[in-house]
This record gives sequence, C-alpha cells and structure tokens, in this order.
Amino acid sequence: MSPPLLEVRNLTRRFGGLVANSDVSLTVAEGEILGLIGPNGAGKSTLFNLIAGLFRPSAGSIVFAGRDITRLAAPARCALGIARTFQVVRSFDSMSVVENVVVGALMRRAGARQARHKALETLALTGLARRAGAPAVELTPPEKRRLEIARALATEPKLLLLDEALAGLTPSEAREGVELVRQIRDHGVTIVMVEHVMEVVMPLVDRAVVLDLGKVIAQGLPSELVRNEKVIEAYLGARHRAA
Amino acid sequence: MMGTQELHDRRTTASSSEPERLERGAEHSGSLTAFARGRRRELAVAAVAAIVIALLPLGIHDVYLQNVLVLTLMYAALSQSWNILGGYCGQISLGHAIYFGIGAYTSTLLYTHAGLTPWFGMLMGGTLAALVALGLGYPFFRLRGHYFTIATIVVAETGLLLVLNWDFAGGAEGIQIPYGPDSWAHLQFARDKLPYIYFALGLAVLAWLVTFAIEDSKWGYWWRAVKDNAEAAESLGVVVFRSKMAAAALSAFFTAIAGSFYAAFVSYIDPDSVMGFQLSLLIALPAVLGGIGTLWGPALGALVLIPLTELTRSYFGGSGSGVDLIIYGVLIMVIALARPEGLMSLFGRRRKSRRGP
Repeated sequence: MSPPLLEVRNLTRRFGGLVANSDVSLTVAEGEILGLIGPNGAGKSTLFNLIAGLFRPSAGSIVFAGRDITRLAAPARCALGIARTFQVVRSFDSMSVVENVVVGALMRRAGARQARHKALETLALTGLARRAGAPAVELTPPEKRRLEIARALATEPKLLLLDEALAGLTPSEAREGVELVRQIRDHGVTIVMVEHVMEVVMPLVDRAVVLDLGKVIAQGLPSELVRNEKVIEAYLGARHRAA
Repeated sequence: MMGTQELHDRRTTASSSEPERLERGAEHSGSLTAFARGRRRELAVAAVAAIVIALLPLGIHDVYLQNVLVLTLMYAALSQSWNILGGYCGQISLGHAIYFGIGAYTSTLLYTHAGLTPWFGMLMGGTLAALVALGLGYPFFRLRGHYFTIATIVVAETGLLLVLNWDFAGGAEGIQIPYGPDSWAHLQFARDKLPYIYFALGLAVLAWLVTFAIEDSKWGYWWRAVKDNAEAAESLGVVVFRSKMAAAALSAFFTAIAGSFYAAFVSYIDPDSVMGFQLSLLIALPAVLGGIGTLWGPALGALVLIPLTELTRSYFGGSGSGVDLIIYGVLIMVIALARPEGLMSLFGRRRKSRRGP
C-alpha cells in the first residue's frame, strides 16, 4: 500500500483551558473522500484549521506527501497542494467572480493572463461560467459556496479541505453539491470534508472519522459507523449515557 | 498530482460532445476578449484625457489658474500613489506626508548642498521613502485596521518634529532653493509655469499607468484579496505580509517623487508645508472622494477637490482660516452618507448590489 497523502499524528490543540483536540491521529489515502463528522463542539473545525494551517497545534505533527508541515504557514501549505474552503464563506467582495478565482489560479501561474484563462476553465468545471463577470457580492449563497470551491481548485491542490460546503443548502442544491464533490474526486483530487449532517455525507464519503469532545471515537466505512454504539451515543447523547 | 486543467481537458474529451466543447471554448475566449477590450478602452480614455489636459495650457494664461492645474495634477498623482496601498491593499495610511517630505527634503538638500540635479534627487528620495516604508511596515503591518492608521499618523508627526529640529535641513525655517536660470536639468522655471504643468501631467500619467498595470497583475489581485479577506487570501497562497510591504514601498516611492517635484515647483520648503498632517489628509482625500481602490477615483477626486480647495483659499484668504478643513469635513460626511464607494460609483462601472442585510 502506498503511503498516505496526509497523516495526522497525535494532534492536540488547547485554547486556554479548553482542549479542542486531544491526541487526534488519522490518515487520508490518496484519492479518497474522507468525512470528518461529529456533533457540535466535537473539534471538527479546529482539526480542519490545524490541517489547513490557520493555527498551530499545541502538540503532535502533520505530515503531508511525506513532508512534515506542522510548522508551515497557510500559504506554504497551499504551495504544497492543500486548498480549503471556509465554513462561513469568505469571497473577495470588491472583485468579480472570475477575479476571485484568478487569485487562486496565480498560485501556479506567473502571469495574470494565464491565470485568467485557468480561472475561466475552473469556473466552467464548477458550473459558474455564466457568472464569471458578476460582482462576487451578487452571488446567491449556493453560488458563493461554489465560488469558494472554484477558488480553491484553481490552486490545483492534491488535497481539498471542504468545511461544511454543503451546509445550508436546499436538498436539490445539496445533491448538486454532492455531484460536484464526486466530480472533483474523479479528477484525482483527494478530499477531506467536515460535515455536520450525517445524511448528506454518509453516501458520499469512502470513509469517515467521528470526533466527539476533541477525540476520535470511531473511524471506518459509513455503513459500519451508523451502527457503531459510540457514534450513536455521541449523536443522541444523554439518554444512552444515563442508561 | 494532476492539474485541473489537464483533468478538465480529459473530462471534456471524455464526456462532452463536440458542439458543447466548442461552445465552452468560445465562452472562454469571449470573456477573455471582452476583458482585453475593456482594458484597451481604459487606455484610450486615459490617452484622450491626457491630450486634452496637455492642450489646456494653450488656452489658460492666467498664472493662478495654471498653478491650480499643476496642483490638481500633482494631487491626482499623489492620491493615485496613496491608492496603491490604501485603496488596493486596504491599508489606510494617514501619514503619507512623511514620504512626501522625504522626497522634498532629499532632492532639495542634494541640490542645495551637493549641487546634484533634482532628477537624481527625486530617485534618491523615492528610494529612501520606499526603504522607510519597508522599515515602518515591518512592525506596523502586524497591526490591523484602525491601529495601523493610528500608527501612521504618529510616525508622520514624529517625522515632522524631527525635521523641525534638524538645523542642517533649515529647521522650522525651511530651505529656499536659490534661483538660477530656467533649466530642465535643474527643474527651475522662474518665469514659466508650462514646464511644471507638463511635468505634473507626466507624473499623473505615470501613476495612472502604474495603477493600470497593477490592476491586471499578480500583485493587484493579491492586494485586493488581502484587503477583502486576509485569511482567505492566505489559504490561496498569498503571503499577506509581503504583499503589504510591496504595496507600501511602491506607494511611498511615487509619493516621494511628487514631493521632490513640489519642492522644485515652489522653490521653498518648510516642515509644515511638506510634512504636515493636513498634507496627509489631502493625499488620501481625492481617492476617498473619487472612489477608493478604483483606477479613476483619485484623478476624479483631485479634479473636484483641489480646485475647490484653492478657490476657497483665495476667496477666504490664506490657508490659516481653516475654511478648507471645514470643506474637507463636509465632503467626507456627504460621501460617507450618500456614496460610500466614491464618485466613481456614479458611473456604474463597478456596480454593486445594495441588498439589505
């Protein structure tokens, strides 16, 4: 078996007295879609941001494509091939849709012209080609989610981190989103996605890691996890624990 | 790893029908040519504007009006330079007078003490200002928003105090540039305003062209990304700190060049006139008035603001009365209330929706 694309080793992150992640270890194989799930406050977003480089772990290490990236800043991680979206969308609102994507495309293209070309291609791939010239502020919420994905894809990542990219969408929008995520994976991009709603992620992911109270409580195939006692307990909570 | 372009190509050949692929290709080249056409139109408008301004002096013989024209062009160039850091990169500096002063003092001191041409002094001043901007940026770009702005004000005021007490540079009395024969080499024209008009026009055009080039360059996109959302920018590979430093250096360089020009133009500089806080405001204001972070905003703002300032000054007498300050205040309030995006938004080019929260 080839070495994993991403390896998280014994990661701990404290915020003052709060331990958001405690001794978390997981691996992501090349080409898979990994779901990172768990109830509110489980530490999903913290783990996600540690991998993306928004903040540093208190202990532990992160290895990406055979390289220790624990101390690398976010731009350097992007250069190595890690891209992300944000839970609360962060479009560049003074720019047009295509200009937003140009920022990402400049990661691997020196000239603005080539970057613009690349951006338009990425917009076509993510179904936003028609909105290329529109100001980013005018997009609908689902379009903004797509824009975030397009911007991240334009950096040509090996690993794409999606932070609740399907949250707040209507069922039909969510189905389209699922389809887009599958397409991206089919193009050879490995995906780690944080999701809150189990129904959305379970059919999509190859494997899932379940976090609760900052710890990994289970991992495996979606079909196994939905029957896992600990997972059910974490989601349904007190009733089981009290029993 | 597989690039998405490659992937995209593979996908289109694998799954799209021939007409579909052609359509998509046409869409791309369509938006690309539309973009190129838009850029060419901007250049054409600028060329026409520059030619019209170049012809203006032929009809204006009044020295006072010529003076106003020179100042308007100079402030257009200054505010355009300020706009690089404040408008595109989103780092609001209210201390740009320090760079203006560095330019004015460097070229003037090199001229009066070493006999070096102001052309050389101008480059030295620009370079020195860029270095100072980098030195200040190193600690200051760790500050965010208002704190950064406050720091720029404090540093500019400190610079003013230092120069006020610097005897070699004339202290509070300033420096008089000795009169010589009219000459382009010395940028001295005692009897003729025309060369100054053309020099100021050249400066304004240069600053505009630099901004124009920036708009479709890596730095231009990076700066706007930094302004809009620094964290998102970092996630896309933008090194935020380095971006701010580059914007600051470029902005300071051109501000100082205008400072050197001003010194040659008025032949007399003192700390208050080339490093005062009011100057910092006057550098920022045209861009704010015209449209911050836009290509035409600073020029448009200067066109409105500078003649207005000069006219009220001559009408109410002197710059000490403070009437011009009242006018700035009123203008800022009107803009903030009615057109926060500046006069450029009247033209509807960068249209933005006003959807409520």
